[in-house]
Amino acid sequence: MTSSGVLTGKHFFQGDEACAEGAIAAGCRFFGGYPITPSTEIAERLAHRFPEIGGVFIQMEDEMGSMAAVLGASAAGARAMTATSGPGFSLMMENIGLAVMMELPCVVVNVQRGSPSTGLPTLPGQSEVMQARWGSHGDYGLAAFSPWSPQEMFDLTIHSFNVADRYRIPILLMADEVVGHMVERVVIPREDQITRWERKRPDPNNKDAFEPFLAEDPDLVPPLAYAGEGYRVHFTGLTHDELGYPDMSAETHHRLVTRLVEKINYNSEKIVQTEDHFMDDARIVVVSYGSTARSARRAVKDARQEGIPVGFLRLVSLWPFPTNQIRELADHVDSFIVAEMNLGQMALEVERHVRRPVTGVHHAGGAMMAPDRILDAIREVANTGYTHLR
Amino acid sequence: MRTEIRLAGFGGQGIGLAGLILGKAVSLYDGLEAVMTQAYGPEARGGASSTNLVVADRPIDYPFVQEADILVTLSQEAYTRFRDEAKPEALVIIDEDLVQPSPQDSCLKVPATKLAEDLGRRIVANVVMLGFLTATTGLVERESIEDAIKSSVRENVLELNMKAFAAGYEYARKLKADQ
Repeated sequence: MTSSGVLTGKHFFQGDEACAEGAIAAGCRFFGGYPITPSTEIAERLAHRFPEIGGVFIQMEDEMGSMAAVLGASAAGARAMTATSGPGFSLMMENIGLAVMMELPCVVVNVQRGSPSTGLPTLPGQSEVMQARWGSHGDYGLAAFSPWSPQEMFDLTIHSFNVADRYRIPILLMADEVVGHMVERVVIPREDQITRWERKRPDPNNKDAFEPFLAEDPDLVPPLAYAGEGYRVHFTGLTHDELGYPDMSAETHHRLVTRLVEKINYNSEKIVQTEDHFMDDARIVVVSYGSTARSARRAVKDARQEGIPVGFLRLVSLWPFPTNQIRELADHVDSFIVAEMNLGQMALEVERHVRRPVTGVHHAGGAMMAPDRILDAIREVANTGYTHLR
Repeated sequence: MRTEIRLAGFGGQGIGLAGLILGKAVSLYDGLEAVMTQAYGPEARGGASSTNLVVADRPIDYPFVQEADILVTLSQEAYTRFRDEAKPEALVIIDEDLVQPSPQDSCLKVPATKLAEDLGRRIVANVVMLGFLTATTGLVERESIEDAIKSSVRENVLELNMKAFAAGYEYARKLKADQ
């Protein structure tokens, strides 16, 4: 371990443990949360690790309080996070919207279990994909990532903090129980090789003229001043002008909300992340994410052995959606298959962007989808051109 | 190559730790890939508990054990519950004092708990079993397991665990020599 508390080297880690270490490596020193299976090990590890390295761990009264505490820490300048699962994620929704409105960077980890409601506490699900996009009220944009291994729980946790800071948005790290609880090798680089993106900060020589919500750069991101630094800042969930003061006019409201949405649209090419394989001569593309993508990759490899021209596209970022990549692919392939542990959420999004048949391979959750089911769908699509398996 | 391993017993026998040590040895010190999974639900409380490992020479896609190639059981309940889920021709290793296998099942038998008791602590029966498994299967290098034990147990019980590992390892060697 380094003097700053970053654990380095090779480890055999649970995804949840890797996430906690990723947070520490990213410089996160505040966690406000309420433990819930299957995310509990993140809180547990940080509760143990933070006191050693000067971090603050608070177990809050519930998930609404947790999210509020995270925003308070963020406004004060901390890299802050929380971790939860379905029921807690629902309770956090209102304050995730507040994070969007106040443009406070933070990371919310959702280790998804079987939903809705209390569902299946100890078993996996991926059914909060649309909630991640639209769960809080209003028009807004944010980013969500979907790790498929303990290594990526580490890597994407760091990346989440960086993207949150760069664009002043909440990041939703949408893991699932399989990835959170499975144990696999995690390689942590030397601390000086860990990338940290800096926040855009105001000019300290011009404090009096500072307008905390004035976005002058083309990226539409205003600089972030911390509470207590001597800048005049006012944070509110109400519609506010560039000074941060409430302004109940339709004009200001339209200007603000449009900027919050356009901020993501304008920068989406920099946020979107995908991974693809076997795409050169592919006629069919299997789209998947999170733990399900592991089975999808297996199925695609097996189908390739059978001579079926199928490619594999993994959504590393779920939101913003990789619209351009999918549309470009659609120019070259005949058919899409979307494999996910829900009854058809990302399949809808793929359908929305391509004029090609989209076949869903869906399961409500509770067990990781086995490769065979996806392989069967690939064979069927290869044979018939199109099939609807919902 | 893909080998599926299930270690099973009752809660408190250190089944989880045994899986962690084996997985570490394989993936951190032997240069192979390993994924470990465990059951977390109410079914994992009391009764039969299991730890599952997939070991492979290339990245592992599907992380779960479907039909174990190697089944190690430290309790009757675990044997009864998991034997049929393993391959019929699986290598089955049992604690001979705790498990009565089906008559037609050719198991490798080791008095793991008794060997652990001889060392003064029955709690290291799991590591005795790892020693036996290492010597019998050749799945993992002895040095790798020893390194994994060193990085997994507390200093004050390290010597005990190393002795337990050696006891299981030597027992397997003797068994082989006697055959």
